[in-house]
Amino acid sequence: MISKEAAEQAAYEIMFKAGIDIPDDYLAGIKGMAAAEDGDLSAFVLEAMLENYEAASEDRRPMCADTGVPRYYVKAGNEAKIEGGFIALEQALRSATARATHDIPLRPNRVHPLWRTDHNNNIGINAPEIEYSFEPDADWVDITTVHKGGLFGTDYRMLFPGDGIDGIKRFFLDGMIAFGKRGLACQPAIVGVGLGGSKDTCMVLGKQAACLRTVGDRNPDPEIAALELELQELGNSIGMGAMGFVGKSMVVDCHIEAGYTHTGGMPMSLHAFCLSSRRATVRLHADGRAEFRTDPNWFTPYMRRETVSWEKPQSARQSA
Amino acid sequence: MGKAPERKTVRLKTPVTDEALAALELGDVVYLDGLIYTAREGVYKKILADGAAPPAPFAELGNVNFHCSPAAAKQEDGSLKVSAVTATASFRFSKWMKDWFKASGAKMVIGKGGMSEEDYKNLFVPAGAVYLTTVGYGTGALLGRGIRQVKAAHWLDELGIAQAMWVLEVEKFGPLLVESDHAGNSLFERNNREINAGIDKLYEGLKKPSLQRFGETDDREQELI
Repeated sequence: MISKEAAEQAAYEIMFKAGIDIPDDYLAGIKGMAAAEDGDLSAFVLEAMLENYEAASEDRRPMCADTGVPRYYVKAGNEAKIEGGFIALEQALRSATARATHDIPLRPNRVHPLWRTDHNNNIGINAPEIEYSFEPDADWVDITTVHKGGLFGTDYRMLFPGDGIDGIKRFFLDGMIAFGKRGLACQPAIVGVGLGGSKDTCMVLGKQAACLRTVGDRNPDPEIAALELELQELGNSIGMGAMGFVGKSMVVDCHIEAGYTHTGGMPMSLHAFCLSSRRATVRLHADGRAEFRTDPNWFTPYMRRETVSWEKPQSARQSA
Repeated sequence: MGKAPERKTVRLKTPVTDEALAALELGDVVYLDGLIYTAREGVYKKILADGAAPPAPFAELGNVNFHCSPAAAKQEDGSLKVSAVTATASFRFSKWMKDWFKASGAKMVIGKGGMSEEDYKNLFVPAGAVYLTTVGYGTGALLGRGIRQVKAAHWLDELGIAQAMWVLEVEKFGPLLVESDHAGNSLFERNNREINAGIDKLYEGLKKPSLQRFGETDDREQELI
């Protein structure tokens, strides 16, 4: 049984880790881009960002003052038991959000869309979002928090099968160019692409692809993996770098997630997870242990299952 | 690190002087010492539209307007803790700037993403003001380090943490980049022009989608701000 106190404390701690410490995979990606960047201004920006990550970790202060809209992804093992159930877990996540907002402090970004009411704690109607997934043969619960800004760098388009890869590339370029100018997308970014599903699923998949997969991770479908690398290269060939200055640092990685869609369509979403790509995960074990990490490991083989029944890994396309 | 060529770096005391601003060139790196204040739509509306008196004379607030909302919280003892500061996108505030320059005497605006060259020439140059952009944009920790003291947070209860007018005493506050100069040139637009020259080539050979969208522009050389 996972206690609700343990869940609250662990969620509180990942709020600090996400807001303050840049994940290693992203840091390595930006270091690589900084070393390869030949645009003077873009290189200057990347070096300043590398300095900023160090300052944030040293001072234990948020790396960016737009601390985004904190949210959670919960992956529950099928055998996991939480004291008080999921209602208690949701209460713990709301409490941790409010406490961390005050204690770090984070910017209280969450307001009512019409009345602009701000409770000064990042809590409100439908905030923070909590999304769930499940994992067979497990008794742990993974909690991931993501702090992502949200004004620029996201788009959706209904493409059609006949538009093909050309359509995907055009829409990708459109988004990169539109939001890359002046660096509104705060690039270089992890760009998530959702392909398929219904419109809502498409948006969710693209966002999760951007926020819940690490730099260097490839989709298990080899052809999708190749498209990920192709889109990354395309984004980096625009001639634009950090802050929209001349350069080539736009896309630190591209992640694509697919969902079966209407036979007539090929919807596509785009999400840019910015220079402050903030995520942190904790695994709560039944015996009370809390293990922290930066790879959410959200897209498990079970998540990407394609057939009626679930079979253990090594099946289907997982070995690819 | 350390690969990027050295850039001309300037340290300026606030209030900034006309002479110091005239010497700034696009792309210079600037660090500030002294007082700066935050003001964005909440403060602009209150003073310019609703006619409220500024919470302190501008002679005391200085002449550097930061488009920002800090990550901050009120402590139990009533003091204010600011952990990080990052700018917010400035293009949304362009409609206020003419009156703001007149009312406040601001000579320097710091923000995210700049404004249009047209705004610089029409609004900034007549006011003798320049625009500095924050870097990254996520250098919130570095900028947070530059804050020595929160001198005041005016209208905090009424406007909230994000929109209040924060008066900050800063030391080596930066890095900031000179985005507009005394003649109203824009560093972003100079870069855009160079990048735009290569855009058509990227789309060569990619067929258009079968369903078009309503939109304000199909010209990708245009900015959407």
